[in-house]
Amino acid sequence: MSYFSDIYHAVKSLLTGMSVTGKYFLHSRKGAITQQYPENRDTLKMFERFRGEVVMPHDENNMHRCTGCQKCELACPNGSIEIIWDRQIDPETGKKKKMIDKHIYHLGMCTMCGLCIEACPTDAIKWAQNFENSVYDRTQLTKVLNKPGSRLLPGVED
Amino acid sequence: MDATTKTNNFKSEEYFINMGPQHPATHGVLRLLLTIDGEIIKKVEPDLGYIHRSIEKMCERDSYQQIVHLTDRMDYLSSHINNEAVCLTVENALKLEIPDRVKVIRTIIAELTRIASHTLWWGVMGMDVGALTTYFYGFRDREMINDIFEETCGARLTMNYNIPGGLMFDIHPNFVKRTKEFIAHFKTKLPEYDTLLTGNIIFQKRMKGIGILSKEDAISFGASGPVGRGSGYSCDVRKHHPYSAYDKVTFNEVLKTEGDTFARYQVRVMEMWESLSIIEQLIDNIPEGDYKVATNVVIKLPEGEYYQKVETARGELGVYIISTGTKNPYRLKFRSPGFSNLSLLNHIAVGGKIGDLVATMATLDLVIPDIDR
Amino acid sequence: MNITKNIHEWLFSLMPETTASIVEMVLIAVIYLAIFAVAGLYLVLLERRVAAWFQLRLGPNRVGYQGLLQTMADALKLVSKELTVTIKADKFLYNLAPYFVIVTALMALSLFPFSKEFQAFDINIGIFFLTAISSIGVIGILLAGWSSNNKFSLIGAMRSGVQTISYELSVGLSLLTMVVMTGSLQLSQIVEVQKSGWLIVQGHIPAIIAFCIYMVAGTAETNRAPFDLVEAESELGAGFHTEYSGMKFAYFFLAEFINMFIIAAIATTIFFGAYLSPFGITESIPLLGVFWFLAKTLALVFLMMWFRWTFPRLRIDQLLVLEWKYLLPLNLMNLILMALMVLLGLTIKF
Repeated sequence: MSYFSDIYHAVKSLLTGMSVTGKYFLHSRKGAITQQYPENRDTLKMFERFRGEVVMPHDENNMHRCTGCQKCELACPNGSIEIIWDRQIDPETGKKKKMIDKHIYHLGMCTMCGLCIEACPTDAIKWAQNFENSVYDRTQLTKVLNKPGSRLLPGVED
Repeated sequence: MDATTKTNNFKSEEYFINMGPQHPATHGVLRLLLTIDGEIIKKVEPDLGYIHRSIEKMCERDSYQQIVHLTDRMDYLSSHINNEAVCLTVENALKLEIPDRVKVIRTIIAELTRIASHTLWWGVMGMDVGALTTYFYGFRDREMINDIFEETCGARLTMNYNIPGGLMFDIHPNFVKRTKEFIAHFKTKLPEYDTLLTGNIIFQKRMKGIGILSKEDAISFGASGPVGRGSGYSCDVRKHHPYSAYDKVTFNEVLKTEGDTFARYQVRVMEMWESLSIIEQLIDNIPEGDYKVATNVVIKLPEGEYYQKVETARGELGVYIISTGTKNPYRLKFRSPGFSNLSLLNHIAVGGKIGDLVATMATLDLVIPDIDR
Repeated sequence: MNITKNIHEWLFSLMPETTASIVEMVLIAVIYLAIFAVAGLYLVLLERRVAAWFQLRLGPNRVGYQGLLQTMADALKLVSKELTVTIKADKFLYNLAPYFVIVTALMALSLFPFSKEFQAFDINIGIFFLTAISSIGVIGILLAGWSSNNKFSLIGAMRSGVQTISYELSVGLSLLTMVVMTGSLQLSQIVEVQKSGWLIVQGHIPAIIAFCIYMVAGTAETNRAPFDLVEAESELGAGFHTEYSGMKFAYFFLAEFINMFIIAAIATTIFFGAYLSPFGITESIPLLGVFWFLAKTLALVFLMMWFRWTFPRLRIDQLLVLEWKYLLPLNLMNLILMALMVLLGLTIKF
């Protein structure tokens, strides 16, 4: 008789399984977890800590906070950050001072580890929440973070 | 024709077949050289190296802070636990006193990582035996954990939240709320896993009695994690060598003695319950305090050898550092759980069918970048 | 239907008898090809939507309203794709195989009584013909697996051979059980019998058992999950059609869905009274027969999809155990039970 009880239990277990999927089928409208991405672009907001890409914020006078100390360049494990700097005469004090010429960021090499931002003593760079980074040519992934003609915000070094 | 040649006409012949490096069941770029007689497996020979990135060598180049983010890329499903392993090794070497807050947060996130890894495994396990729907149910629950991670750590998979000396930043204000929501949600969904798959007669017939690994073999092959515990080998690092906050919580080490594929499956499902209970014990009692202790910018470990092991979702991960007192390790070796678990595949899969091999491999829960590093 | 009769008379009045009948045959063939293509494409879409709803997804909803043109777009893509052949493939058999599969599926389609008049080919050995035709399809799969010169394909093909030969038996026997009741193999006759209650009601217990066995065996015969060992994505990649691309792959793909439709349609005809409406509520409008037929068939197709998206796959030896140790003995017992019932006049008739 175990032959028939086997069949009974087998069928019962199969029906239990089907009840689970059947329940989801009936609630399919409510329970759908699909995010329709390009359509929901307006409402899709990333978390504020999301690591999209490294950016350097500039204020309205085109001033940034990067002193060119190169701590981020040292902290980066992949060499994604290159800083080209120069010693120029500061127009205010008249002394020679280290100033960045270009803060180059290779997004294509970046692993989003966040060590550069942790290392930065002046909070000159931070994470942007932009995640649509695809480009047709990978040279476009090499970005210069400081805007042309930008200067160091006075008082950051103190 | 004489009798011997006549019988030879009916003799089956073994043939060789390449499973992978591109194959749906190998979950990555693992290549298995199979010798098959009809449907029956005669020999399984794993061929590795398709995703070797020389992480250990790169570690010798990098500073101790930089090493941490490389470990994300090994076992990407338990990246937080990998990070923790390196950080613990460095902290132990420096004899740093880690705040309790850090320990508790690390433990909670590690357990969330374990659940995330196991839910993904459960979904993929179902898919390997042909039940395609489990995949989406598993991912639905994993998605909630990933959101928690994204909000607190900034990344979903390669989190790099640990640094030697603590955490990169404090937990997000929503962390506790979201984790509690997840616990409540997952407690209703986990029984569903059982009704959908575990109790299914086809699934049980497929899983029971295949890929049997005895306790002796589990020990001699160096099996760890749910693979070892499915064979009755008590090998939970959290229990035997507690680190972080595991000495403060009570939990059971899930042990099964059957040693077959179904036992390993059950161990993982039960472990999700245990992880839930660990999180529940800690989530309301996160102590106040600093989220990191200050370390030198250039960390130099004192000369010597250091070893620390942790329990990842797959088993025992060991980090072995030889330092000569410079800012880079002289040698860094990872003892990854996937590698030793893969080594016993030939031992347990021989004699089974092709379908058995796939099911067995699924319960070993291999992550190929962890094996190749 | 009057339309078909009118066309028939019009054709015969226009040209000599032989030409007229040839033209008529071609017309019917074109109509059935159209049904075949549309049914195939929309079953694929239905499968994808149903699967999505089981899996908490939305499914294809971009091409056309609610994704209604999605499979059309897919078919266009497949037509425009390159047809690849492996170097050492047996070219002749390799190219022949898809047609075997698709032609048999098309032939089986012509037998069904979609409504009282809408039946292309009403022969007196209807059910026998259906079971015979549906078992030719496996030859195409075997050829495909063998000629591809790929070991995965070969394993898939051999599994298919074993599976279809075994499950053919159960399909045949469960249908035979019902034939005991109808006393005829002709499909129109079988429907006629059901005017006094669908066979599943007339035959009650043995009929329900036969229906269950038929659904299990039928699912196995279409090579769908949980019996999809032939394709077994996680084991064999794609099984017998690994090496096929473009439209040749589409033939296999469409044939699988048409076969599913055929299995469901047979069940509808034998167990659920084909185009007859429940309790005869719409008997006065014969055109609604098509609706009832499709509704019943699609309900059974949905059941098969439900199976597919819930259950894990069986192993090859378990597949054979299920057939030879469970389905076959049950089927034989059921056949005797049914014969006794008919003999003692225990059937329910309204």
